[in-house]
Amino acid sequence: MKPAAAFEAGIAAALANPSLQAALADVPAGFVAGRARVKAALPEFEALRRTGRDIRDHTLAHLDLYLEAFERNAERAGARVHWAATGAEACDIILDICREAGARVVTKSKSMVSEEIGLRARLEAAALDVVETDLGEYIIQIRGETPSHIIAPAIHLRAGDVADDFRRRHAHLDAARDLSAAEALVGEARGVLREKFLTAEVGITGANFLVAETGSAIVVTNEGNADLTMSLPKVHIVLASIDKVVPTLNDAWPLLRLLARSATGQEFTAYTTLVTGPRRAGDIDGPEACHVVIVDNGRADLLRSKLRPVLRCIRCGACMNHCPVYCAIGGHAYGSVYPGPIGAVLAPALAGTAQAGHLAQASTFCGRCEEVCPVEIPLVSLMRHWREMAIDMPGSRRSRALLRAWAWLAERPRAYRPVAAIAAATLGRLGRARGKFAALPFAERWTRHRDLPAPQGRTFQDLYARRKREVAP
Amino acid sequence: MSSEQVLGRIRAALDHDAPRSARTASTVDRLARPPEHPLPARARRPAEELVHQFVAIQSGLGVDLIEVGSPADIPPAIEGYLLGLGLACRLRHGSDPLLVALPWSASPHLVVDIGAARDGDPVGLSRAVAGVAETGTLALASGADNPVTLGFVPDTHIVVLRADTIVGSYEAACALVRAAFDGAMPRTLNLVTGASRTGDIGGKIVMGAHGPRRLAVILIRGVV
Repeated sequence: MKPAAAFEAGIAAALANPSLQAALADVPAGFVAGRARVKAALPEFEALRRTGRDIRDHTLAHLDLYLEAFERNAERAGARVHWAATGAEACDIILDICREAGARVVTKSKSMVSEEIGLRARLEAAALDVVETDLGEYIIQIRGETPSHIIAPAIHLRAGDVADDFRRRHAHLDAARDLSAAEALVGEARGVLREKFLTAEVGITGANFLVAETGSAIVVTNEGNADLTMSLPKVHIVLASIDKVVPTLNDAWPLLRLLARSATGQEFTAYTTLVTGPRRAGDIDGPEACHVVIVDNGRADLLRSKLRPVLRCIRCGACMNHCPVYCAIGGHAYGSVYPGPIGAVLAPALAGTAQAGHLAQASTFCGRCEEVCPVEIPLVSLMRHWREMAIDMPGSRRSRALLRAWAWLAERPRAYRPVAAIAAATLGRLGRARGKFAALPFAERWTRHRDLPAPQGRTFQDLYARRKREVAP
Repeated sequence: MSSEQVLGRIRAALDHDAPRSARTASTVDRLARPPEHPLPARARRPAEELVHQFVAIQSGLGVDLIEVGSPADIPPAIEGYLLGLGLACRLRHGSDPLLVALPWSASPHLVVDIGAARDGDPVGLSRAVAGVAETGTLALASGADNPVTLGFVPDTHIVVLRADTIVGSYEAACALVRAAFDGAMPRTLNLVTGASRTGDIGGKIVMGAHGPRRLAVILIRGVV
């Protein structure tokens, strides 16, 4: 199946899946209401979004220089910095580090770029026992699924689904145990994963930010899993994409003030950790070695394109939480690592238009995503950019012809007015009985799901001219 | 893969916009003089109000707050807290001078060890460098004095905080941390806002996902 056809099929399946629909119905009361609550409690929130945008724009305009500064300062703190142009190179570097460490068990905290580059599959193919430690990621790992949300990867599941998976996966535990409460499920996962934390030789985390000034990585979680991942094994690997860097610690704080509020609707997540290099002389815990792997994977090309603002993204997920399309179909239907509005903009850039260009159609252009984006990414105009590209593709001949005909007409008022008058009058007469159309030629795809209200029979210009005559003496 | 290949591609894209010399000057300047972004009003209140705000947010987060007048009151406060909850009275802390000097022997139920956390430890005790009033956040710096694992491996984490180290913003807390580390950063600076939690199962918040299920703060009100 072609990606675009698979997308249509995925949408149909998602809409017909009652358990997914029940899970998605909780998003407005959860993340959306939470964000509104904490925003109301911080009067400076809107000003903070502009600060966040400016920090990200400044960083992107000086990205090479801040990355160099990060490398210098991270190595001064004892970390080793590795560079990878592609996802495959990043995977190779990480695999080499794991081999050198003699690793058998590798713990991993949530990292979207690791999903993007297929890291876990690569390490598992090399016979490593790789364990996702974020609870949501662990659940989808044992189900063989991909994340359906960038911060809540198992948002498509209900507690009952998870209980079934745990019974299947944790077969060594008492079959008669009660898993009806979420607390029981969390407790069970805690026990199973604690053992992995204690045996892992390598721990891999992502980074929410890299700080050039100090060579630190900033990692944010609610569970504390990233902290166990980076503190207990003898080797810690940070995987981050080039766009994660910020200039100074002072630049990180405003972004952190925005992140949790926009993401989960918390004022701050339970754990925000700034990690700078490996164990120090005199330390009695922490890893002996710390590696930072910085991967491009197609981002540098975006710097000189119209799409540069998408690299401001701090991966909060607010755009998807507030998207009527995402909330109707969930993340899996998109078929891309990044779903929702940010995915519709980013996925075609990273995976190519043939693979993901159609995702830009998955929007009503209502603009809620732009309104809530903590770094003011113009998501709607960037999605429009992909739609414009799609129009220029050879397969869009009919759309191009229709648009050209429309443009010709719209530029010629003398032709436009009578044509519009005839159309309005005809539709008005035809639709008078019901006041709406259930089906219209050329608009089947629209009317299949909703009625088109019938026009009243006269054009706006006609009504406007008439009113002007009536008002004027 | 050399950094030159990755950075070269970025450089090629950006040098197109502005000359390298101007970009370098702007970067050097920002790193030497980090910008001071506006702080929210809730981070700029008088000291006593900040303490109140910190305490209020912490209790909203489900943190158990115990106020003591002086460090000498800490061992009996911990003993009472653990006994009250029916928890094991065994704890471990690092070589932080304040914690080492406490009169532990006066609290006969407590078994106190020093070192990094071990599997099965019921209680970890740390001292925070600062409290951040804007979100009720504790700032903990890793090291032999306060091993980072004490805050993540045991089921219960108890944190000692001096009220006079409660500041408004993350910026101010970070300045205190860097002052304590000669301007550098500790290996980890842990900003802790409530105990470990997850919402990953059906959106319901459950405590104790991986880190501590329970967080208690002992606030020293008096002068130390």
